[in-house]
Amino acid sequence: MDLYKQPAHVLHDMLENKEITAVEMTKNFIARINSFDNKIGAYITKMSDTALKTAETVDADIANGKKINFLTGLPGAVKDNICTLGTKTTCASEMLKNFVPPYNASVMEKLNKEKAIILGKTNMDEFAMGGSTENSAFFTTHNPWNTEYVPGGSSGGSAAAVASGLAAWALGSDTGGSIRQPASFCGIVGMKPTYGRVSRYGLIAYASSLDQIGPLTRDVTDCANILNIISGYDEKDSTSIKKDIPDYTKSLVQNVKGLKIGIPKEFFIEGMNKEVYTAVKKAVSDLEAMGAEVRNISLPHTKYAIAAYYLIAPAEATTNLSRYDGVSYGARVPGEDIVAMMTNTRTAKFGDEVKRRIMIGNYALSAGYYDAYYLKALKIRTLVKEDYDKAFEKVDIIVAPNAPTPAYKIGSIINDPLQMYLQDICTVPLNLAGLPGISLPCGFSRDGLPIGMQIIGKPLDEETIIKTAYTYEQSNDFHKKFSGVE
Amino acid sequence: MKVTEKDVENVAVLSRLSVSADKMDKYINDLNNFLEYVDVIQKADTENVKPTAHVLPLQNVFRDDIVKPSLDREAALSNAPEKEDGYFKVPRIIE
Repeated sequence: MDLYKQPAHVLHDMLENKEITAVEMTKNFIARINSFDNKIGAYITKMSDTALKTAETVDADIANGKKINFLTGLPGAVKDNICTLGTKTTCASEMLKNFVPPYNASVMEKLNKEKAIILGKTNMDEFAMGGSTENSAFFTTHNPWNTEYVPGGSSGGSAAAVASGLAAWALGSDTGGSIRQPASFCGIVGMKPTYGRVSRYGLIAYASSLDQIGPLTRDVTDCANILNIISGYDEKDSTSIKKDIPDYTKSLVQNVKGLKIGIPKEFFIEGMNKEVYTAVKKAVSDLEAMGAEVRNISLPHTKYAIAAYYLIAPAEATTNLSRYDGVSYGARVPGEDIVAMMTNTRTAKFGDEVKRRIMIGNYALSAGYYDAYYLKALKIRTLVKEDYDKAFEKVDIIVAPNAPTPAYKIGSIINDPLQMYLQDICTVPLNLAGLPGISLPCGFSRDGLPIGMQIIGKPLDEETIIKTAYTYEQSNDFHKKFSGVE
Repeated sequence: MKVTEKDVENVAVLSRLSVSADKMDKYINDLNNFLEYVDVIQKADTENVKPTAHVLPLQNVFRDDIVKPSLDREAALSNAPEKEDGYFKVPRIIE
């Protein structure tokens, strides 16, 4: 059996049934990373030594008859904007190239408590700004289905690691689609939970009112299990929601009978790729054949969502990234006085896309333009949210594509920022409204590239999303196909 | 309204970034294209619409005022680009 092709729940069962040890499993994944990551470029930092040490303690626990949890002993990967105590966390930026956090993100505390095995920190667009992982300051990650194509972004390293069997599971972060779109491009499952469901403490901030950590997995069962582990109130995050967490694995049932599915006309935009359109529509008709009721709906303010997002996110980024001043942590480039030192540091150590967004953010927030751009964008955000509130009075769930096209070739639109931003049309509105959404595979293009469908739920209703996704997943074998390099 | 070289220079100062002469035209062009695109939001009727800065209806998120240990000095200084005698070291600010 090829371990790396298995979902995490199968590996968990093997470990529990003592068919394999955690050390054997971890060595297996490390060997695969050492053989194939040069073709994918999923990892910025490998953590083989600590991974093996944790695996040894897991095996000792199992030998002593200790019960293991879902992720105990299971090798996974974490996006490099999630702080790991004692291990470099670079945000794929020259600015944080040597940054070693003196604390753990709250999700890391949860993973460590489970004794999950962390194989390494994954590549991303610098400071999570981008949709292709081409904006990493270090190297570009390649799509495992065709290495000439992008894996999506900004969690491209996490998605590519899972899709190519270089990790059994991974965590990413989603500000405008950065979990769902790479999951879609890489043919795996990716979920952005409701804003506030998962603690952001220790996630290096890009746009604080939009960022959310979530899982990237081989199937919906793994997604539900990992959501159980990482969700929950955290007093260290003032935006965390104080609500009980349901057991998401109870939603792993095949039943969409009577479920009302909304199809928003604004997400099936003119000019979108025909294969994506056909695959998602087919998935909807499959769900209908299984008993769901399909209704056409409208989210009329979607047409303003991208513009609002690309004003709000850079405005927040400008503020968040002002802390990189060369004083207390991160890189420093000398200057004749302190202002020159800060300017030299930021100019030399931020990449082009980060600088572009800082400039846009400062422009939108500056005197004379604040009302016309930033404040107006915040009002659009209200309208986008109200669209969803109204839609959810009529439907239980919304189904849409994740991106207007499958993965595109590396280098094809990197020099056209506006074209790049328009790729986010299907994912961004959810972040503006704080809603949960999942991406799961629903087909392949003629070129063999995966196509993802997106299931969007009411706030805090991850359960209906998981139930719908699971029902659909069990009706096909898209999630069983393996892309990885061999 | 078109962005000028002066606008870019002003925003660069606010951003603590410098824009080199050979990149100035690209910045002006990118910012103009961007602003032309985002002007679509001006078409939306937002009369009497309240802004949403945050999607959660959270207010007054306070914790109990209990003294807890903070990051110790060594850990806080561990990533400093320059340090001296237990302090962050920066270029002279006051002449």
